[in-house]
Amino acid sequence: MCTPWQTRFLLAFFAVIAALPLLGMPHLMDRGVQILILCLFALSLNVLTGQIGSVSFGHAAFYAIGGYACVILMTRLGAPLWVAMPAAIALGALCALVIGYFCVRLNDIYFAMLTLAFSMLVWAIAHKWKDVTGGGDGFVGAKIPDLLRDRTAMFWFTFAVVGLCTFALRMLSNSTMGRTFIAIRENATRAAFIGVNVRRMRLLAFVIAGAFGAVAGSLMSLYIHGMFPESAFWSESGRVMIVVLLGGMHAFIGPIVGAIVLFLLEVSTAKHFEYWPFVLGLILLAIVMIAPEGLVARLASLRTRGLPRQESGHA
Amino acid sequence: MLEIRNITKQFGGFVAVNNVSLSIPAGTTHAVIGPNGAGKTTLFNLASGSVTADQGTVSFEGRKIERMAPHDIVKIGMARSFQRVNIFPRQTVFENVQVPLIVGAGAHLNPFRRSAGTHHDRVMELLEMVALADDAHRRAGELAHGRQKQLELAVALASNPKMLLLDEPTAGMSIAETKMSIRLINDIVRKNNLTLLFTEHDMNVVFDIASAVTVLHHGEVIAQGAPHEVRGNEEVRRVYLGKH
Repeated sequence: MCTPWQTRFLLAFFAVIAALPLLGMPHLMDRGVQILILCLFALSLNVLTGQIGSVSFGHAAFYAIGGYACVILMTRLGAPLWVAMPAAIALGALCALVIGYFCVRLNDIYFAMLTLAFSMLVWAIAHKWKDVTGGGDGFVGAKIPDLLRDRTAMFWFTFAVVGLCTFALRMLSNSTMGRTFIAIRENATRAAFIGVNVRRMRLLAFVIAGAFGAVAGSLMSLYIHGMFPESAFWSESGRVMIVVLLGGMHAFIGPIVGAIVLFLLEVSTAKHFEYWPFVLGLILLAIVMIAPEGLVARLASLRTRGLPRQESGHA
Repeated sequence: MLEIRNITKQFGGFVAVNNVSLSIPAGTTHAVIGPNGAGKTTLFNLASGSVTADQGTVSFEGRKIERMAPHDIVKIGMARSFQRVNIFPRQTVFENVQVPLIVGAGAHLNPFRRSAGTHHDRVMELLEMVALADDAHRRAGELAHGRQKQLELAVALASNPKMLLLDEPTAGMSIAETKMSIRLINDIVRKNNLTLLFTEHDMNVVFDIASAVTVLHHGEVIAQGAPHEVRGNEEVRRVYLGKH
């Protein structure tokens, strides 16, 4: 659930991002677009991981599907943006419905493995179906509307879409549906015995996550004027999972905090160190040891320090 | 209201429930007793859809339910509790009772309706019933064991059932807690005009509130009838009461 202080954080975050164009440094707007897309991608994964408690290791599949569909529709079929993007999102949701239908039958590690397998299938299709996707070289030189070729316009477009989606996901998280998702995460057996069709709710969450993942992917494809098969690779699913875990999956803003931290760390270590992935790994290791439940949970526990720590667990 | 006919369930080669029949008319309070391992919990799981029977039928108000999923059985008016406490430990007491109300109203499919405060009055009413209103905003996992059992009762009641299945509602309670709890259950069942099926290992508890008793031993029914008849039954005394 998005508590009032988390809502204030969200407003502050979007205010800071909105101020980036004012600084007059074009590359900051690029960074803003990249952070916003990563935030949305991680928020969409967290509907599954954090809210309903199904850990997916194949979420990049929907990001890739959204991205490819958006630029392919515009370039090959000449579809306008207002058709291509909604169609790409719808395709992401449809693929999530089909893939999810099989995945939600399994739990825990088996669910994670099956999502991983499906995402690698998407990667293989993107890699091999050269005529449509451009194959291993990626889909490049997409026909993007002239308006979005302008850096500032692309920034505000991304800002608006991510802002709207964040608002929608926040509403979901605070809704009666979100409350039921959390009940399933906490105790799926009990949820079934109060009348919840657990499998159907998991499928619903899977489709919602897939649709919003496709939004993030289509934004990325508009930003880079194409899409690459690596976007569906397991390491991309792993990266967005790290973002969610870093920020903390049980808080609504966790994925946003994780996205900001990982992004800033990647940029700064790459700038200062030759072997930057090594340094990044060490820093991430330290963070995970200090805040095993994520940075937001750590901050929240600092805020309430002095109160007795609440232990949880099933009786 | 609930009709169990010739039901049998095996686990591997072990026959947990063997050809058991049980008929529970509406408005009655029926106890299933027996020593540990007699098959009480398996019978419960069969009746509530947790486990599918090998043979036999279960019907609730004339509808066959032995192949129904648990969530569908809840919808037609049968709620259950568990022998081991089974709640949402990290959620507040309030939220534990709120979720079944949300689901009952179909709002679990609504991503637009705010959950905070939804069904507030009904939640508090149910918590009053089980004497937990003062703990509404504590985490459920923090409550003492006996109070978690009471919370489970409120969670079951929140599904607005016609029939309650309580699996050892006093398991792990002190004698004082057990007495209080039984009085509470009895009151609630009468006030809400519910049909009750419960299992229990303590005979004395049973005789206070049950209108009929079934005694299970090694998965089979060895006696069935009004409490005083069952108490007088020779075989029951031998396998069960003799131990006390």
